[in-house]
Amino acid sequence: MKKLIVAASCALALAAGTVQAKDWKEIRIAFDVPYEPFEYKDENGELTGFEVELAEAMCEQMKADCEFVIQAWDGMIPGLLARKFDAIMSSMSITPERAERVLFSEPYYNTPGGWFAREGFDTDVTDMKAMEGKVVGVQRGTTMDTYVTENMGGIVTIKRYTTADDMVLDLEGQRLDVAFVDYPVGEQTILSKEGFQEVGEQVKLGQGVGVAMRQRDKDLAGKVNAALKKLKNDGTYDTIMQKYFNYDIKM
Amino acid sequence: MPDFITQWLNQNEIFTAMTILEYWNGLVNTVQLVFLSLVIGLVCAVPLAIMRTSRNPFVSGPVWLYTYLFRGTPLLIQLYIIYYGIAQIPGIQETFWWEVFREPFYPALLAFALNTAAYTTEIIRGAIVATPHGEIEAAKAYGMNWFMRIRRIVLPSAARRAVQAYSNEVIFMLHSSAIASVVTIVDLTGAARNIYSRFYAPFDAFIFVALIYMMLTFILVFAFRKLENHLLRHQRPISN
Repeated sequence: MKKLIVAASCALALAAGTVQAKDWKEIRIAFDVPYEPFEYKDENGELTGFEVELAEAMCEQMKADCEFVIQAWDGMIPGLLARKFDAIMSSMSITPERAERVLFSEPYYNTPGGWFAREGFDTDVTDMKAMEGKVVGVQRGTTMDTYVTENMGGIVTIKRYTTADDMVLDLEGQRLDVAFVDYPVGEQTILSKEGFQEVGEQVKLGQGVGVAMRQRDKDLAGKVNAALKKLKNDGTYDTIMQKYFNYDIKM
Repeated sequence: MPDFITQWLNQNEIFTAMTILEYWNGLVNTVQLVFLSLVIGLVCAVPLAIMRTSRNPFVSGPVWLYTYLFRGTPLLIQLYIIYYGIAQIPGIQETFWWEVFREPFYPALLAFALNTAAYTTEIIRGAIVATPHGEIEAAKAYGMNWFMRIRRIVLPSAARRAVQAYSNEVIFMLHSSAIASVVTIVDLTGAARNIYSRFYAPFDAFIFVALIYMMLTFILVFAFRKLENHLLRHQRPISN
C-alpha cells in the first residue's frame, strides 16, 4: 500500500512538473518574511503584505495557481537556481551583479534608503568631514550596503548585519551612530520606538525592485511583465499600494 | 607579489586584491580571537579542573555548575546573551565597562574563552581522575606535600593523557569561531559572507574560505602531533 502511494505521488509529481514547464499554470513564488509591510504574517499566521497581495493579483491576471514559499534571504538566489521555486517577489533590488545570475522583470516598486539615528544626533550625513569615525550600520548585501561601501568606505566604520533586528538592537545600545536602511523597514522597526529620528535626506538607490526568475524562463518573464503592466494601468496596483503606504513607491 | 599572481588577480572578477585583503583581515581576526580565547581558557581551566576534583562540595560544586551551564547551552546563544544582552542593561553605556563591551571583539572573546574553559576543565579533570593511585602513593611516600604532588606528579601525567582530547577541543574552537560573524566581527566567515553577498557567488566565496580553515586545521594537527610525540616519548618502543 505504502509503495503504491509513493509510486502514485511520484507519477503525480512528474505529471505536475511537465504541465508546469509548458504553460505556467502553477507558479511557486518565494518570500523572505518578516519584511513589513512587504511580506509578513498577520496575527492569524496568514502570509500578507504589499508584495504578497500584488503577487496574488498578478497570478489572477495570469490565470495561474500560485504557491507561496517562505525562504530566508541568504538562500534566495541559490534556491531559485535549484528550482525550489520559480520566482522571487521579496523586495529584490535589480543590480547588475544579480542580473548575471537571474532574469528580472520590469521593476514594480522602488523605495528610498533612509538614515536613522538616536535623538540628539545632529551630524549632517552628507558631510564626509563630520561623518569621519562615525559607525554606520547596514544590512549585508543591500543597495544601501553598496552605497555606503562605495561612497563612505574608509571614512566611516561600516558594520554589516544579517537582520534588521540585530541592527536596531545595536543602534539602541549605542554601538551604531547611524543606520542606513530601506526607508519602510526603518519606519517600521526604528521610528516605531521611542527616542529615534530620521536624519538627512532620503536617497533613491538602484533600479528598483523586480520579480527574479531563472534566466531560461523567458516565457514566464513575458507573462509576468504583461500582468504587472496591466495591474499598474488598471488601478489595482494603486489600490494595493495605498493600503500599505502613505507615500509613493510606484515605478 | 609575483607577476603571474597579479595577472591572475586582474582577470579574476571575485578574487581581486581588495577581496584578498578582506580575507586576510578576516584571517587575522579569526586567529587572534581563537588564540586568545584558547590561552585564557587553558589558563583558567587548570585551576578549575583541580577544584573540580576536590572532595569538598563547596569547592567542586560551583565549578560543576559552571561547566554544566556552559557545556549545556549552544555557544551561539552564549554569544548573543553576552553581546546583545549586556548592551540592554540600563546605564551600562555610562560606565567604563562600555569601553570594553562596545566593540564586538571583547564580548566574543569573553564568550569563547568561557566556553572553551568549561570544556577544557572537563577534559583535564578526566585526566586528573585517571591518575594511577600508585603514582600518588609513591609521591606521598617520598613526603611530597599536596602542592608538590600536583605540580610534579598529577599535572604532568594528566597533561599526557589530556593532550589528544584537547587537540580536538582546539580544532572545534577554531570552527566554532565562525559564529563570530553574527555579531558584526569580520572574521574569515564574515569576510566570506560579505564577498558572497556582493558577488552572489556562494561557491567561490565559501570554498575559498573553507580551504583557509582546512589549512589552519592542518597546522594545528601538525603542531599537536609534534607535541604528542614530545610528551609521549617514553611510550615509544625502544629500538635503534
